[in-house]
Amino acid sequence: MSRNDVLVPVDWVQEHLGDQGLVLVEVDEDASAYDGGHIEGAVKLDWKSDLQDPLRRDYINKSAFESLMSAKGIGNDDTVVLYGGNNNWFAAYAYWYFKIYGHQDVKLMDGGRKKWELDGRPLSKDTVERPGTQYRAGEPDLSIRAFRDEVVSSIGSANLVDVRSPDEFSGKILAPAHLPQEQSQRPGHVPTAINIPWSKAANEDGTFKSDEQLAALYAEQGFDDSKPTIAYCRIGERSSHTWFVLQELLGKQNVKNYDGSWVEYGSLVGVPIEK
Amino acid sequence: MCAAPKQGNTLIDVGTQTVIQGQVWHDGAPVAGAYVRLLDGTDEFTAEVVTSPEGEFRFFAAPGKWKLRSLAQVGKGERLVDAEVGLNETTLVIE
Repeated sequence: MSRNDVLVPVDWVQEHLGDQGLVLVEVDEDASAYDGGHIEGAVKLDWKSDLQDPLRRDYINKSAFESLMSAKGIGNDDTVVLYGGNNNWFAAYAYWYFKIYGHQDVKLMDGGRKKWELDGRPLSKDTVERPGTQYRAGEPDLSIRAFRDEVVSSIGSANLVDVRSPDEFSGKILAPAHLPQEQSQRPGHVPTAINIPWSKAANEDGTFKSDEQLAALYAEQGFDDSKPTIAYCRIGERSSHTWFVLQELLGKQNVKNYDGSWVEYGSLVGVPIEK
Repeated sequence: MCAAPKQGNTLIDVGTQTVIQGQVWHDGAPVAGAYVRLLDGTDEFTAEVVTSPEGEFRFFAAPGKWKLRSLAQVGKGERLVDAEVGLNETTLVIE
């Protein structure tokens, strides 16, 4: 696995629009972004209504993922290229999802929607319809997903990477600053976690920094290659971005995303918290 | 939950929230679809939103010093803000 296997530049995407076997997927929290204009031929995934269990807090199960892929016209053999707003946060979350369910060929468009827009590239409002498929998902790959008990037992032993902003890490604020600060969790971070904000891995236009820059970033912050790693944020999408950097771009081993993240951890009774 | 909510008028509790909001302007007109990021006192990224059709943006921060930086096809703009609890309104101009 190398950068070219998992990341494609916007130029490549524009040159390959309409290719057989290539499916572009836009992943946003706010579906109106897609409806206001999307890359030609791209289908839409809503991180919440499509990718979350409608009842309990969890990702959708295997059969629901199969139904979703089949309805969107995504086949097992298709090359899936994901992109989205928020510097690809939710596209990276969906990427992690596709890997959980064993999709072979999935990539991120470097820079996401922001890079595409800032370049002034064309957007389309046409309705996109793809013929349905019979998608078959694999069993969930839990080697890339961490749960709360593992986080607690990893205190002091694993690389716990808190990818939120420094002010969230210190407990000054409880959510990214475009959201109202009214959550009920206790502010702070998991003891022994190192704060390496996701944003340090990205350029201002949303593209990822070079492999050399990324390797230096984590080394400087005390990341220990000999230890397993758990990345977390507030709800698991920014940590997907960092999971992508660590495992898919830098090829580090034993990296998990804790999608429960601070919304879960900061609400647990009796677990240790630092500020 | 971590993405930008619709930018515009909604009910906000200005008794507890530290709201930083305003418009991005360029060449005498508001800029729609500009990316505006909020940086903390160490210049680290805290949040980013896209401006509304009227060029509006809004952040929920905390009291203290912040920097606003906008990125749009027409160029870049930057402004320092010293925020207090309540509504902090500002205009970000792209020269």
